[in-house]
Amino acid sequence: MTASPTSAQFVLNAHQAFEDEQLQKALHLTREGFVANRAAAAARLPEFEALRDSARDIKAHTLGLLDLYLEAYEKKVIEAGGTVHWARTGEEANSIIIEICKRHGAKTVTKGKSMVAEETGLNDALAAQGISPVETDLGEYLIQLRHEMPSHIIAPAVHLTRDQIEADFRRNHADLPPERDLTEPTALLAEARGVLREKFLAADVGITGANFLVAETGTSIIVTNEGNGDLTQILPPVHIVLTSIEKVVPTLEDVSQILRVLARSATGQDISVYTTFSTGPRRPGDPDGPEEYHVVLLDNGRSSMLGTDFADMLRCIRCGACLNHCPVYQAVGGHAYGWVYPGPMGAVLTPSLIGIDKSAPLPNASTFCGACESVCPVRIPLPKLMRHWRERQTERGLAPQAQRWGLGLWGFFARRPDLYRLATRIAMPLLAWLGRSEGRFSRLPLANGWTATRDFPAPQGDTFQAQWRKRTKTAAAHGDGE
Amino acid sequence: MTPSPDGKPRVALFVTCLVDLFRPSIGFAALKLLEDAGCEVFVPSQTCCGQPAYNSGDRALAKALARQAIDAFSAYDYVVAPSGSCAAMLAKHYPGLFADNPNLAGRANQFAGKVHELASFLTDVLGIEAVAARFDRRVTFHDSCSGLRELGVAAQPRKLLASVDGLELVEMEECETCCGFGGTFAVKFGEISTAIVERKVENIENCGAPVVLAGDLGCLMNMAGKLARNGSPIELRHFAEVLAGMTDAPAICAAAAPQTKR
Ligand code: SF4
Repeated sequence: MTASPTSAQFVLNAHQAFEDEQLQKALHLTREGFVANRAAAAARLPEFEALRDSARDIKAHTLGLLDLYLEAYEKKVIEAGGTVHWARTGEEANSIIIEICKRHGAKTVTKGKSMVAEETGLNDALAAQGISPVETDLGEYLIQLRHEMPSHIIAPAVHLTRDQIEADFRRNHADLPPERDLTEPTALLAEARGVLREKFLAADVGITGANFLVAETGTSIIVTNEGNGDLTQILPPVHIVLTSIEKVVPTLEDVSQILRVLARSATGQDISVYTTFSTGPRRPGDPDGPEEYHVVLLDNGRSSMLGTDFADMLRCIRCGACLNHCPVYQAVGGHAYGWVYPGPMGAVLTPSLIGIDKSAPLPNASTFCGACESVCPVRIPLPKLMRHWRERQTERGLAPQAQRWGLGLWGFFARRPDLYRLATRIAMPLLAWLGRSEGRFSRLPLANGWTATRDFPAPQGDTFQAQWRKRTKTAAAHGDGE
Repeated sequence: MTPSPDGKPRVALFVTCLVDLFRPSIGFAALKLLEDAGCEVFVPSQTCCGQPAYNSGDRALAKALARQAIDAFSAYDYVVAPSGSCAAMLAKHYPGLFADNPNLAGRANQFAGKVHELASFLTDVLGIEAVAARFDRRVTFHDSCSGLRELGVAAQPRKLLASVDGLELVEMEECETCCGFGGTFAVKFGEISTAIVERKVENIENCGAPVVLAGDLGCLMNMAGKLARNGSPIELRHFAEVLAGMTDAPAICAAAAPQTKR
């Protein structure tokens, strides 16, 4: 479900996240696992860092020639008997898909996990036409029951606790006997499988996303752990791949390089359980496969990122490592980011896709600790790109007024070293005197964001430069560099 | 090492604005460490490296402050800062600020090549293995983000701390995880910053060390501010104070003991 973005009220969203006990519990339970698993996977593979370089280079090379690779890809899809549809916007993508569904009189469509479908709001668009979409990825299925958005790009329901999931099943599954024991996670899984199995068989159209598109062969590739994607694309008579233009890479060899860093970065697996390749519809003699094969390629603002400061972001392979390692994401979870893409990658991508005016706080909500960049398998300089957004905000006068004034005042003194020394020589001893009994302040004007929860240390007294000058004057030994 | 007339490396101390204003004792500790290591130390007139402006998206102000620092510090063999964050600003980000200006790009690059974080300068550049200091406490060490990830500072301060008599280093969980400071982030996103520092405080308390050391005053102020608010007796200091044997000043956020007040 795609609601209208609430990214602009990130601070309020984050506040609500702190009030949400279940969410905090879920966040606490998962935060260490991802980090430890990735670290172990990376350590097991001596060439991991070199593979990251090569993944970055493959993506960068492809983006440099994106139009050529996309054309080559389309040609191969057509040769294999499939159709490629180009969609400038989310609405265009949805209408193309609805048109195909209607042509086949579809009532039910099964869906594999697709962040692009979240971006276009496909489920709501289908439902509005009387077509019911069924999410087949367990996490996506859970949040569909709850009418929520994913809170993580690879683990959509990571914000839910086991108790919440059981309650949702009991509320929604009519055939689930109240006495059945669902305490074990495997019992929950079996329950979901049972319900979904019927839907797979009833589906008229299967929609998946794609992790990669291969220009050399016209193949689309999905990477999953549940195998739901396979059933989604093989069982129904029509398979639609909904994905975005930056997913293309030149060759299968390139894909196999990138796959070596994808799962390791994401979950710490050496490789995901299922890596599924599909090229065109079922050929004569194939044991299974759809009769029609469509690819809907979404742009939605991506092509205008090419050639700008933000082009690097298009290398993203959606592994989620930057979320997993981000202290801000770990504290507030994904929903606080207010739209489809959370965490550091969302803080860069969301403003590009929905506009910085609708997502102003996101690129600012980072300590620039650099953990995201240090784990990104395609080495996207995420802090640098967030800083670029901050620069755009300053250029357009969008930075908050308090920040502009504060910086302006600080800048006024910082650019005038003599005045700075004079002012601080007077101010710091005064502040030190005010804070002398405790060594700290429990309240300070204009710094409530700090002092609401933390004390602020009192200065020691004379500034370093004032003391240094006194010392060098008395010693009269050497100058101080002026 | 660049030779200088009397054979001593000429080092300009970039003391950082936080140390200049709030905790000069760190500056004097750095000064002592550098002098003990045989450097001739200078303190050019200075204000701020421009990082708050740079990270807030005010590139013009950041550039103005960068020019000012480059002008004031270029005449020395080395520029050393007791802060991974400010050193990273000078060494890793100044060149980018002038990348579009061929007249200044060369100077910015040359300047950046001279900049070092304190512990890394002492060990990696000067080859110092040990200091003469005593500190009879168990300590834990927080790795500040910029120093760690942009400059690779992690082993260097630990190596020097290991040479301090009486000091025992116990590592906390997640010592490499951000403390939630992030400059103006700590005020702009106070609630999130608090959640992050609470987790850091939990890790600090769990490791059982009564003293926390780090290489950046900003992070230290944040962690100390939270611990003080909680009423914790845990002490926070810059590692330079311990390495220099200058631990008389009250710890960060601690009141001066009455008898030692000036
Ligand atoms: S930005 Fe990098 S780390 Fe984050 S999801 Fe994309 S590829 Fe993964």
